[in-house]
Amino acid sequence: MTGTFVGMPAFPVAARAALGDTQLRHNLAHATGVIRAKRAAVVGEVDNWEDLRLAGAAVKERALLDLATHLEELERTLVAGGAAVHWARDAAEANAIVVGIAQGHGVDEVVKVKSMVTQEIDLNGALAAAGIAAWETDLAELIVQLGGDLPSHILVPAIHRNRAEVREIFLREMAGAGRPAPADLTDEPAMLAAAARAQLREKFLRAKVGVSGANFAVSETGTLVVVESEGNGRMCLTLPEVLISVVGIEKVVPTWAELDPLLRLLPRSSTGERMNPYTSTWSGVTPGDGPQEVHVVLLDNGRTRALADQVGRQALRCIRCSACLNVCPVYERTGGHAYGSVYPGPIGAILNPLMQGTGDKQVDSLPYASSLCGACFEVCPVRIDIPEVLVHLRSKVVDAHRTDTVPSAEAVAMKGAAWAFSDARRLGRAERASGVAGRVMKRMFGVSLPGGRSASGKLPGPGGAWTSARDLPAPPAESFRAWWQRVGRLGRQGGGGS
Amino acid sequence: MVTCVNDAMFPETGKAVVALLRRLGVDVEFPAAQTCCAQPMVNTGYLDEAVPVVRTFVDAFAGFDAIVTPSGSCAGSARHQHGIVARRSGDAGLAVAVAETSPKVYELTEFLVDVLGVVDVGAYFPHRVTYHPTCHSLRMLGVGDRPSRLLAAVRGLRMVDLPSAEECCGFGGTFALKNADTSIAMGADKARHVRSTGAEVMVAGDNSCLMHVGGILSRQRSGVRVMHLAEILASTEDAPFGAVVGGAR
Repeated sequence: MTGTFVGMPAFPVAARAALGDTQLRHNLAHATGVIRAKRAAVVGEVDNWEDLRLAGAAVKERALLDLATHLEELERTLVAGGAAVHWARDAAEANAIVVGIAQGHGVDEVVKVKSMVTQEIDLNGALAAAGIAAWETDLAELIVQLGGDLPSHILVPAIHRNRAEVREIFLREMAGAGRPAPADLTDEPAMLAAAARAQLREKFLRAKVGVSGANFAVSETGTLVVVESEGNGRMCLTLPEVLISVVGIEKVVPTWAELDPLLRLLPRSSTGERMNPYTSTWSGVTPGDGPQEVHVVLLDNGRTRALADQVGRQALRCIRCSACLNVCPVYERTGGHAYGSVYPGPIGAILNPLMQGTGDKQVDSLPYASSLCGACFEVCPVRIDIPEVLVHLRSKVVDAHRTDTVPSAEAVAMKGAAWAFSDARRLGRAERASGVAGRVMKRMFGVSLPGGRSASGKLPGPGGAWTSARDLPAPPAESFRAWWQRVGRLGRQGGGGS
Repeated sequence: MVTCVNDAMFPETGKAVVALLRRLGVDVEFPAAQTCCAQPMVNTGYLDEAVPVVRTFVDAFAGFDAIVTPSGSCAGSARHQHGIVARRSGDAGLAVAVAETSPKVYELTEFLVDVLGVVDVGAYFPHRVTYHPTCHSLRMLGVGDRPSRLLAAVRGLRMVDLPSAEECCGFGGTFALKNADTSIAMGADKARHVRSTGAEVMVAGDNSCLMHVGGILSRQRSGVRVMHLAEILASTEDAPFGAVVGGAR
């Protein structure tokens, strides 16, 4: 049921549509505001939060610096624990492995723990193509799935929906997924959750195969870790006979002890809780308890490409908390769909180009979908300097076009600016010309800023991008440079005291 | 460093800095060879284009004790990005020169509070004012409460807190043009918060952000004026802003 983002337009185009949706703007502003405040409160009560961030970043950095060694150790410990380990280079290989295992057990359905990596590879689509229904059991993922929709947030995939919309989706779609919603369903959260619970409980008890991702994979002990809030994950991880976990290779954590800072950073950064309700860990197969057949699919899908980027590789430290989404002023206004990926927001704006490489118009637009305000870096629990990586990726996008036979207007403008800014005399001449333009504008528009300075109204052509909603001050008759030369350097500006 | 935006578009801010620093006994020089900090190129991805601009910067400012600028964003660019540009150039000489100049760059309020050690600069500005901390001064430089302390010491000034003050105004350099719709949506929210304070003047330490929000406030005919922090600090009872710097903006 879940579709993919294939064919999405570049960010500015998708953003324009989202900005025009007032219900979406309202839902997002409310939801991100609530999570932001919760996070700020629980982070504020930790005395050594900065030390914890440094520790979390160091653990992930250590894992990434010697990734191959840790992955090989993980394979050994998993196999020793009774799990089967599969390696997948890309989405197609991973999907084929999971579909093959499910088909081997002759099932026509699987239950799923909320998992970003299976969204990334569109596993549900691959299973559906093989005639296997994949039931999302996380409440928000269920809302997205039933609505035939796409996730728009890493932690809260249905953040773009309000409860009235959720009620409508449940009334319309639940019957087709097995059990109709009660006819008297209201938009009370408790009642909506109860309808989902009735729907899901049957599937938990019936399903033979469970599918999950993992928040962490401890190589020392061969342990996978899933952190969640609803208990649906615990059901999927313990009830089915067969468990298949798809795990990005960057999820590896060298030792059990090193989970410590990460498990403290994650809930406070993501849901704004001191501790998440459910933390499930399993190390292969435990005879007579839980799934008796355990598979782990270790997935690359562009992660080694990201690892090869010396500036960008820090993005692989990401623990998918989504704190950066919740504080991002761009995300808050456009929502996640505008980013055209299951990884939206600031982290998506760097992860997608790092994992997929530059060269696609949509992907290339993502590093520019930021005002570089730095709020994301400030909240990131593993200190990913997202603005630094955004600027770095912008240079990669630009560099990829340096051999174009016809340069873009922007490239021409930047070369022109570099020429003028390389010599102050050239800049001075340009300023004198703009002073003349300023006097012309004054006559043409007759608009004044508060304080009396004249300004432009709406301009045609490229100037329209600025002036559609913003007045632009007219250039002054005299630049600072000219003033300094005339009187400023002589200390005669007058009235200043000295 | 007066910055290219102030030089070409907001010369009164540069004049205010000169007046203020001279009043505080600083020997002020404007090296005429200066142009731009290269941030527009760097932040848009044009690193090669930034190389000659950074070279011009380090040549212009070599040998000074302190390089003071009325822009958190440009100070951040000089301190944090010039090294990246120098590495890209492969020019070891440029890297050495950048290592010399970068640490000497101060945003105006840092220079006043940390180097000169003043908080009360003797300013007088009898107006209702709200202050927007710009992102790069707040998060890249960490100027903290320096601007607020300076403003609190201005006689006659009534400060009104700005709701959601630390949220970006949406300017973002070329972001304002490349993602104009999102930029305007962010700026419109900032303008709404500014208007809710009932302030006569919105003040900030970066004229590019002020040009953006001020452009929206003007289009809305809000009557709220935007002013650079330096212009308020330069204003005195004997020489209110305007007279100090010679004429209306």
